[in-house]
Order: sequence, then C-alpha cells, then structure tokens
Amino acid sequence: MSNGILAFLSVIGRYFLAFLRHTGRLAEFTAISVYHIFRPPFYFRTLSRQMLEIGYYSLPVVGLTAIFSGMVLALQSHTGFARFSAEGAVATVVVLSMTRELGPVLAGLMVAGRVGAAMAAEIGTMRVTEQIDALTTLSTNPFKYLIAPRLVAGTLMLPVLVLIADIIGVFGGYLIGTYKLGFNPANYIARTWEFLEPIDVISGLVKASVFGFLITLMGCYNGFQSRGGAQGVGQATRNAVVSASILILVFNYMITELFFAR
Amino acid sequence: MTEAVPKLRLRDVRKSFGPKVVLDGVTLDIMPGESVVVIGGSGTGKSVLLKCILGLMKPDSGSIQVDGEEVIGMSRRDRERINHKFGMLFQGSALFDSLPVWENVAFGLIQGDHMPRKQAREKALEKLIAVGLSADVADLAPSELSGGMQKRVALARAIADEPEIIFFDEPTTGLDPIMADVINDLIVKCVKEIGATALSITHDMASAHKIADRVAMLWQGRLIWVGPASEVFTSGNDYVDQFVHGRAQGPITMQLRK
Repeated sequence: MSNGILAFLSVIGRYFLAFLRHTGRLAEFTAISVYHIFRPPFYFRTLSRQMLEIGYYSLPVVGLTAIFSGMVLALQSHTGFARFSAEGAVATVVVLSMTRELGPVLAGLMVAGRVGAAMAAEIGTMRVTEQIDALTTLSTNPFKYLIAPRLVAGTLMLPVLVLIADIIGVFGGYLIGTYKLGFNPANYIARTWEFLEPIDVISGLVKASVFGFLITLMGCYNGFQSRGGAQGVGQATRNAVVSASILILVFNYMITELFFAR
Repeated sequence: MTEAVPKLRLRDVRKSFGPKVVLDGVTLDIMPGESVVVIGGSGTGKSVLLKCILGLMKPDSGSIQVDGEEVIGMSRRDRERINHKFGMLFQGSALFDSLPVWENVAFGLIQGDHMPRKQAREKALEKLIAVGLSADVADLAPSELSGGMQKRVALARAIADEPEIIFFDEPTTGLDPIMADVINDLIVKCVKEIGATALSITHDMASAHKIADRVAMLWQGRLIWVGPASEVFTSGNDYVDQFVHGRAQGPITMQLRK
C-alpha cells in the first residue's frame, strides 16, 4: 500500500525534476544567446539571410492567412451583429481585431509552423552531423554564428510581417464589406480609421516582436539540444512548433493584460 | 638541457557518463610535429577523448595542456584562442551543407582570421587542389559530392588555416580501401607540409600504420600500450596483438549475448 503511494509520488517527483531541469536549461540557453547578440563579432551575412527567410519568404503564407481572416471577420461580425442592429461596427471590429489580436497571433502561429520548424530541423541536423562541433573547431562560436542572427531576425521581422498582415487583413474586410455587404467604400474606410488608436497597432507590433523572439528561440533551442539522428531531429522539430505555439498564446494573453487591463 | 614542452600533454584524464566510466585516467604526451594514432574498438572512448581535448566536452578530472597551458576550466576567450591552433577532420566530414564547397574550406579563414572573401577563395582553391580536387567543385554544394570527395573537402577545411595541431576522427571509416589509402597519403602529406602535430583515432590498422609515428591503444578507458608504429605488430601485448590482427579470440571479449 505505502509502496504504491511512494511509487506514485516518485513518478510525480521525477516529472517535476525533469521539468525544472528543462526550464533551467532553457533559461541558460536564452541567457547565453542574448549575451551573444550584443557581443561582436556580428554575422551580418547570416543575419540578412535569416531576415530574408523569415520576413520575405513568409509573406505569401502570412498574407493569405491575413486576407481570409479579415474577410471572415467582416462576414461573421456582420451576420452576428445584425442580431442587435450593430452592423455599422463591422469596419471597427475588423481593424481592432486584426491589429490587436489576429494579425500578431495568426502570423505568429503560421511563422512558428514555417520558420520555427525549419530552424529546428536545420540546427538539429547540424547538431547530429557534428556541424556545430565543426563550427567550434573553426574558432566560430555557434551561439554567435547560428543562434544570435536568427533571434535578431525573428524579433525584427515579425513586426514587419504583422504590419503587412494588418493592412492585408483590413483590406480583406474592406473587400467583403463593400462588395458583399453593401457598405459605402468611403464610409467603410472612414469607420476603419475612426476608432483606431496608435496603441492598437503598437501593442500588436510589440506582441509580434515577442512572438518572433519566442519562435526563433524555440526553433534554435530544440534544434541545438537534439540528439540521436533522424528521430531526434523529428522530435526537435515537433517540440519547436508545439512549444512556440503554446508560448505565443500564453504571452499573447500576458501582453494584452499588460497593455489594456485597467 | 631543458626538456621540450609537449604540444599536447594529458594527465590522468577521466570522464564518466552516469555510472559508465569512459575515460579512466588517460595519460599521454604528444611532442611537436609528431603523429600519434589512438587505436581501440568501437565504444572505447576514443571520440570522447578527442572531444575533451577540443573542449566540446568537459572531463571530470585530470589535466590537459596545450603548449604547456592548462585548458580545462579556461575562460571562453582563451579557449577560442587555443581552438585557433586546432584543426579537425570529422568522421562524417561535417561539412556545412548550406555553404558551397569553397566557403566550407575558407570558413576558418573568413570567420576566424577575418580574411577578405576574395583572398580566402583563392586560398581555398589552393587547398582543394592540394587534396587532389579540381577547382570545378568549388561552387558545388557538399551534398553533390561523393563520400570520398567530401572527406577530401573536409581535410582541405581542416588544414586551410594551417593549424598547429590536427585531429583526425576515423579518417578512413566508410571509404573503399583505395580511397582510404588516398586519404592516408593526403593526411601524411598535408601534416608534413604544414609541420603540424597530429592526433588521430581509428580502428583501421592500415591507416594507423601509415600515418602514425607512435601508436597508443585505448581499452576500457586507459591507454594500455604506447609505442612506435613499427612495433605495433610485435608489441608482445596480448590485447594489442588481438586488436591489430583482428581476432575474435583473446583477452578482449566482446559483450555479446550468447
């Protein structure tokens, strides 16, 4: 009887210790990475390549996500708000939802799937094929060469992506609003601007920046820690996407609370 | 007369992973310009030994000196300075697959020595020719090359910035016997040319015989025999005898389930 309880407790204990170990390792990894962001030498070539990869090549997928989100928002809020005759709020609902929430969160989730996964797989493969060890023997610090440029690129490029997503999303709402729901175009645009405040956009961009850091951090961390061949790399990729997605949602709430809770 | 400082001096280096003791007190001196080959079966800790010296792993105890300088517990900056003296040929070549061949070879020159890219490319082409490749391969991706060619590119990369000490991790594993011999010849030639000290690990006796001045046998985490390469077949040590002749019977018994 007591043996059973003991075994049960020891399982919990083991999981808890593993959790602490992971948290500690991640914290250490983050600290080392951030330290190297600010220490020369800087690898601008890697940085620009990563910025292109994250910012430019993610545009199609983020743009598509944004335009359909904007469109569906207009449609949903129109039919929903008609129940209490508030259809006039469609333009405002679209622009506020896009800038505050959907722009950063959806772009973040899409980029987590696209970039975070690719990063974990690439760095994970470099780890298991000893390319990361090779960097060290060629007097190149892997944190500086591999990790820091990716973190910087993610943190800088996600806001740019989200700003574009905001605009495309609002445009999607405008398309549905004017062509399908019968709003006057000039009127719709005026209503879009009427209640929009700088803080709505800024909070979204701050979120984007944090998400960009989290996505690249999870991609790099999981790739860097991967062990044991193809299976290890697969696991790293999965962990990178899952953990980045969850962190995005958690931080999304916390940042919203920070900006808007009174 | 003062005694010469060994290029690499290992004293009682120990490393365990949990309860598994991998290095159980390794002691070895390698003099400047010497080529030492560590032989031993799979899983005897040869790679761990290399990684400890390179600073990719931290030994539990013992001392590792490079040019008389203790490297264990060194600051990161000093470590990078020491690593600058090293070159390494990895078992799987470990070429950067995101970079073309020439940039792989020139990597240490561009990143480590801050050589202008144009000049580094010239030097890389020189090194590619030195390992018997034509300049045509320079702009290919590493994945477009055969295993033997990749190995030669990796060798060119390891010697590109003329390191003082070069490590070879099973340089001939996975190659056909002829290509293995080509690589052995290249190793001997390159090491001699730049006057480097070499430490190799292998279980390929033909390779060991060809590239070694001295041979050391690692077994159960210790160096059980160290001697000139010419004596390795007549060592009189049962363990070494069994290994170099590749016999299943002898004092070394494989942990096989019957």
